[in-house]
Amino acid sequence: MSLQVPNRNKSGAGKTTKAVVLVGGPSRGTRFRPLSLDVPKPLFDVAGHPIIEHCFRALAKVPEIKEVFIVGYYEEHVFRDWIKDASKAFPNISIKYLREYEALGTAGGLYHFRDVILKGNPDRFFVLNADVCCSFPLLEMLKLFEEKDAEAVILGTRVSNDAASNFGCIVSDAHTKRVLHYVEKPESHISNLINCGVYLFSTESIFPSIKSAIKRRTERPRLLSYPSSENLESTFAAEREDEGEKNEVIRLEQDILADLADSRQFFVLETKDFWRQIKTAGSAVPANALYLIKAFQNQSEELAAPSATILPPVFIHPTAKVDPTAKLGPHVSIGPRANIGPGVRIKESIVLEDAEIRHDACILYSIIGWGSKVGAWARVEGTPTPITSHNTSIIKNGVKVQSITILGKECGVANEVRVQNCICLPNKELKRDVSNEVIM
Amino acid sequence: MKALILVGGFGTRLRPLTLTLPKPLVEFGNRPMILHQIEALAHAGVTDIVLAVNYRPEIMTAALKKYEQEYNVKIEFSVETEPLGTAGPLKLAEKILGKDDSPFFVLNSDVICDYPFAELAAFHKQHGEEGTIVVTKVEEPSKYGVVVHKPGHASRIDRFVEKPIEFVGNRINAGLYILNPSVLSRIELRPTSIEQETFPSMVKQGQLHSFDLEGFWMDVGQPKDFISGTCLYLSSLTKKGSKLLTPASEPFVHGGNVMVDPSAKIGKNCRIGPNVTIGPNVVIGDGVRLQRCVILSGSKVKDHAWIKSTIVGWNSSVGRWARLENVTVLGDDVTIGDEIYVNGGSVLPHKSIKANVDVPAIIM
Repeated sequence: MSLQVPNRNKSGAGKTTKAVVLVGGPSRGTRFRPLSLDVPKPLFDVAGHPIIEHCFRALAKVPEIKEVFIVGYYEEHVFRDWIKDASKAFPNISIKYLREYEALGTAGGLYHFRDVILKGNPDRFFVLNADVCCSFPLLEMLKLFEEKDAEAVILGTRVSNDAASNFGCIVSDAHTKRVLHYVEKPESHISNLINCGVYLFSTESIFPSIKSAIKRRTERPRLLSYPSSENLESTFAAEREDEGEKNEVIRLEQDILADLADSRQFFVLETKDFWRQIKTAGSAVPANALYLIKAFQNQSEELAAPSATILPPVFIHPTAKVDPTAKLGPHVSIGPRANIGPGVRIKESIVLEDAEIRHDACILYSIIGWGSKVGAWARVEGTPTPITSHNTSIIKNGVKVQSITILGKECGVANEVRVQNCICLPNKELKRDVSNEVIM
Repeated sequence: MKALILVGGFGTRLRPLTLTLPKPLVEFGNRPMILHQIEALAHAGVTDIVLAVNYRPEIMTAALKKYEQEYNVKIEFSVETEPLGTAGPLKLAEKILGKDDSPFFVLNSDVICDYPFAELAAFHKQHGEEGTIVVTKVEEPSKYGVVVHKPGHASRIDRFVEKPIEFVGNRINAGLYILNPSVLSRIELRPTSIEQETFPSMVKQGQLHSFDLEGFWMDVGQPKDFISGTCLYLSSLTKKGSKLLTPASEPFVHGGNVMVDPSAKIGKNCRIGPNVTIGPNVVIGDGVRLQRCVILSGSKVKDHAWIKSTIVGWNSSVGRWARLENVTVLGDDVTIGDEIYVNGGSVLPHKSIKANVDVPAIIM
């Protein structure tokens, strides 16, 4: 590495910090179908707020962050309204959307927009993957960054040994917290400390690092090898498409972090707090639960007051109508203008705007799409998975099925019908009991 | 007149219900199964009833004492020390059945129908031969033994064809007979079958006639048929305009054929029916949906539960927003948790179910 590390001011005073939120693009959110057929994943409401907004709520708690860029390859108009609203909600932050016209990879995108990011000479910047659900302990990351005079700090969390190989694995020095080794989705067990997809980089070191990765790439094209079985469906297909394109696709995880581990100033902050990825549509349900729990612990006034029929935490949009005999919670979000009838039971679920749940229906571990209607005494049900599980599929009769039932936009479930472990694409009417199926 | 009811063994096919009560005492249409038969026999003028059993539980003895007084009949147990089949028990009870020259009825305790005992006796007397068996017409005779008449004769039986492949007729043995005491001399005291041995020998001598059963018929020996039989029984009560049924003017009655014991309590905004029986002291909560099911005495169905094609055993409790279906049978004192789903579960007594039963299973 030929990175020059100049002398740096040890105290954090006067340092400027920016942030980048990586949102990806419409071709990346396929695992979030059927919900992403109607709403881009970052704007999907979880615990009453778009997924991306939870990132901004954390960023707004870092006073020195004045500017945040959203980087992705969605069309410009996708985030326009949300940015307008968010600029009011977070008045101290300037928010800009930077659109990649071709997928450049997470690091490639940062590099492409380096001039905009570097404007005003910020000393460092956060990078947050928008599809991460966690408490975003950014201030703690910043503290570690300054203590260690770091070039990079990565947020890490412990997962079960079985799950670890699905993520980027970090080997660190327990005492110094220095990252010694980093492998993205290893085949064999390396560590159960994994990459949370939240980083803090010094501007001085990250851009040269990406630059040298690009240089290496053009000199010696990367060999592709992602053989772990879990990744095949998701990453491998994407890699294949990328191959035909220019070599500019540079990912933070695969191409940059391993090199950073060779430097001496790469540290990990291990969070003991919650962390989940929001990949599949079903993973919105545990993410919803985790954000609601967090809001409840913070005594958020947004949440519905606990009562005999409200088992906290529950979020009910002010415009939603909920009959007083309906029993909701725990971990339930009810969207705008949703109508919940008498004697309805909802648990561990998200009911989106304009949905109607008729009397005595029962909704468990499910997502009810925008404007969908669930009939009287119907039962829409997923299967609970352990809270520690990072997987939203389960094996039923030897077949992998979704554990969370999802009704897409404007679906209907007839009176008394039972729907279990199903994914229902938009505009379908379910008139008969169904289980363990995808309904086209 | 005299009658013999073939009760037999432990009624294992109707478990888990028969783990708690002997089969004849399990309530069908809110009354013990055997009471339907005793009542019909008493109305036809029967005074002596023999129950052919393999075992004699105390609880049965006590119950039948009560019925003896209520219907002014004499009920005696004939206990087999070894299983004697369907004919052996007749021989065992020869002292009673053969005490005079009048014919006696024989009935299978699992059969539920509009028992036509008086008409049967009249018909039997009229043809003057040894025996008459009640037959019922079925859609798929290939599953049963079919009765074939003598050519040109409306009732004299020519032969039996067991599970016919080609259509030979659609009348099957309904499990109800009237026989002259002389038939007893055809039977030896050993395990023997009335269908396989006694009847064929009578047929050979042209001594056996058939009698067509009007209306419904069902062998309710297992849960699936118990529920179907309940539907048929309730439908027949509706046809007769029976006062036993809850009037359709009740706001919770949906689709008719609903029988609710007067001591049961029904909550608000329920939709009950068609084909539901609710036993004594049952409590149904608010917003409950019941159809094609049997709720036995002392049970509690909590608010917003949904139950279909299910037997809820005595003193059981079904949780709020629970859903039971697909021939689920709860034994005595079973508890189903709130929001639990049970698909075809057979739940033994005193169990508490806290996780979904997604596929039919026996819960020990």
